[in-house]
Amino acid sequence: MLADVPIIFILVGLTAYTVLAGADFGAGFWILFPGGGRTSPAATRDHARHAMGPVWEANHVWLIFVLVVCWTAYPVAFGSIMSTLSTPLFVAAIGIILRGTSYALRGQLDAAPQRRHIESIFALSSVLTPFALGTVVGGIASGRVPVGNARGDLVASWLNPTSLLIGALAIATSAYLAAVYLAADARRLGEHTQELDFRARALWAAIVAGALALAGLVVVRDDARPLFDGLTSGGGLAMVCASAAAGLLTVAYVWASRFGPARVSAALAVAAIVGGWAFAQQPRVLAGLTIDQAAAGRATLIAVVIVTVVGATILIPSLALLFSLFLRGHLDAHVVEARVLDVPGAGAPDRTRLLGALALASLVVGAGLVVLADSGWAHAVGVMCLGAFAASAFGLSATIPGGQADGGKDSRPESPGFR
Amino acid sequence: MIATILTSAAAAFAAVEQHYLLQARQMQALSFAVHIPLVCFGIAFPALVLFAEWRYLKTGDPLFRTLARRWSKVMIALFAVGVVTGTILSFEFGLLWPGFMAAFGSVFGLGFALEGFSFFVEAIFIAIYVYGWDRLPPRLHFLSGIPVAIAGVTGSLFVISVNGWMNHPGGFVLENGAAVDARPWSALFGNAYFWHEFVHMYVAAYIVAGFLVAGPYAWSFLRGRFHRYERTALAIALSAAAIASLLQPLIGDWAAREVAKQQPVKLAAMEGLARTTAGASEHLLGWYDGDKVVYGIAIPRLLSLLAFHNPNATVQGLETVPPADRPPVNVVRISFQTMVGIGTLLAFLGLVFLYVRFRKGRLPESRWFYRAVVLAGPLSVVALIAGWVTTEVGRQPWVVYGFMRTSEAVTGAHGIPIGYGTLVAVYLGLAGAVAWMLLRVSRAPLEVPGAAMSSAPDVPPSRSPERSRAR
Repeated sequence: MLADVPIIFILVGLTAYTVLAGADFGAGFWILFPGGGRTSPAATRDHARHAMGPVWEANHVWLIFVLVVCWTAYPVAFGSIMSTLSTPLFVAAIGIILRGTSYALRGQLDAAPQRRHIESIFALSSVLTPFALGTVVGGIASGRVPVGNARGDLVASWLNPTSLLIGALAIATSAYLAAVYLAADARRLGEHTQELDFRARALWAAIVAGALALAGLVVVRDDARPLFDGLTSGGGLAMVCASAAAGLLTVAYVWASRFGPARVSAALAVAAIVGGWAFAQQPRVLAGLTIDQAAAGRATLIAVVIVTVVGATILIPSLALLFSLFLRGHLDAHVVEARVLDVPGAGAPDRTRLLGALALASLVVGAGLVVLADSGWAHAVGVMCLGAFAASAFGLSATIPGGQADGGKDSRPESPGFR
Repeated sequence: MIATILTSAAAAFAAVEQHYLLQARQMQALSFAVHIPLVCFGIAFPALVLFAEWRYLKTGDPLFRTLARRWSKVMIALFAVGVVTGTILSFEFGLLWPGFMAAFGSVFGLGFALEGFSFFVEAIFIAIYVYGWDRLPPRLHFLSGIPVAIAGVTGSLFVISVNGWMNHPGGFVLENGAAVDARPWSALFGNAYFWHEFVHMYVAAYIVAGFLVAGPYAWSFLRGRFHRYERTALAIALSAAAIASLLQPLIGDWAAREVAKQQPVKLAAMEGLARTTAGASEHLLGWYDGDKVVYGIAIPRLLSLLAFHNPNATVQGLETVPPADRPPVNVVRISFQTMVGIGTLLAFLGLVFLYVRFRKGRLPESRWFYRAVVLAGPLSVVALIAGWVTTEVGRQPWVVYGFMRTSEAVTGAHGIPIGYGTLVAVYLGLAGAVAWMLLRVSRAPLEVPGAAMSSAPDVPPSRSPERSRAR
């Protein structure tokens, strides 16, 4: 029972990553293929480039979360997967570096003349990464990863019908999620043509994703019979049906240009398919390894649950805050009215001497304890004293009026050394 | 029952032939070397940015706001780069060292789970902070930056707790080459061997971030552009770096004594001490020829004095363990001397700065001082990497000190050289991109404090006004 809890965390993380980061990778897809709309390709690229700005980092952390829970709670499975599927995972990692680099450069890329070429590399990586991660899922789901250090076939484990299919499905889903999001974003910005373009793209991507999913069932039946049986019976079947229903509902919402609910139902469709996979495969994690066998010891599992629950109580309100600011456009940076503070709180008493004395005293005590003492508590107190010294000395040094915020003498060079 | 299955499963990870173990280690080391300087910015930079904004709130002087705002743009860009380089590291743990993860993931993995949540908090609030400059009321905006500063510190704390555990493992029972009965909390946080590592790294973060941030303003001074904005920025960054570099020798002394106590073989490698010696000498420079340090300057009894605060103390030599259990001495020793040498120079530079600052109440005026500051940034990065090489190569041949060798941890998959080559190329591209970005940021015209300050949006000129969703 306890052994199943972390896998639920992993599935939640995978769903969140697929929906959130998927939309980001999909934006890269539309940067790569910006044509076919009524707006110019350049304008489409501009629109897609600014899609995820403020939330990219937070979206990305879901992947880290999945990896970390996996290696803590199911270490043997993690080692087996990472070694057998090293090729697609490495490709995904490289893709993530490239995609992340384009975010590091945001704000600078807009004005750069060379941006088209740089951007194409980044965008290509947005197609490569979901595809590679999809092949990883396919390799695990079709039972091609045995227990052990690179014991599986290093090529066929990810270059097989199921993997290729899920890889393609990952690209289509990402493109679809991004198109829905970008259409909603265009509406928020009042760009009607852009909105219509992305609405059309969303519908096309939905058709492709749906067709791939249906074709997928045929492929999986031939290539991975146990997975097929799991998906077409019991809980697996229920999840597949739920996913299909949510998918159809999403298309209807997009058709009606109701992008807000469309996002929610799209996320549900993804969540249901992830859940269906879990149902189809349980209780196996890998070929010949059940979840109970894969799970770490009790103390570790309890620790993972505690950390995740406590972490979630901090995380969920923070994420809610971020997304409510982001989706309402409160993190767009084009606002004109900057609020300048009314009046400085001048006339605070001068505490320089006191602070100086405090700094010196804590330096002497701290240095003595750290260098001369041997016990742990003495070191702890010593480090705290040194911290107090650092803080007070920094406060003094960084705020000395001479040579900095001295007002009025703006452009006078300080040093006679240059003229 | 489950435990037996588990250990037999873990036994599947033992004894893999990997021809490219050294390349795998270099690939991991390269990825750390790229990531760790960014960690320094994650720890120290938010505090500096928040200090500048706090000064704005205190004084109402828009110059501080301009400064904090410009720094925050660099901060989020470096954070994004740190996100991807950190992701690579977590991939590499599994891609390169599946045996290590499979056998011990249940013991130390918790540290990374905690780090994951810190990272989440950091990512959420850094976005709110950096994108919220014009939208949030000033005080609320300042508050939104505080979780960034806290999470940057806790994140590194949790990761270093794992490193402390790898160097001084505990909290598990070893059975058939895999950990059973893991007690993750006490393994990570009941470990006495981790606090000095963390404090050492924390102080190093201020040295690296402080000197690197100060560098461009020192360069400005040398180029003859040193107005109030540059002076203020330099004073803040350099104050942090100077104080930290003064404190670092004290923390380093503590760290060295912990190493002497807990990892005597590592200390012997750091010093090139072949035989157990009472009243051992310290050698500056020189080369370890397999038996002793040659061409070095020997200072009698100094090693015993430094390691045990007793000039006659006995220091354990490399001979106490079989050759197969010894780290590569020259790599460790030269790295250690590099770190200490640079650290000493930086402490001296910090002393000069603080002396002028406090005795004369101004910034230094000598061009030599500013030349040294320009150099100090890159040098501090060299010292940082050298320090990590000392402790990590000094841990060899073990991945879990005394329990598992790196050769038992490494993957059995092929293609390490291809991966290594690809990663080098990608990192070079990344470095080029970051350099280009920083150059562009530094050349962007200042929003003149006071005058146009209030309404200038950060929109590059090429963007059409009606589509001005900046960044």
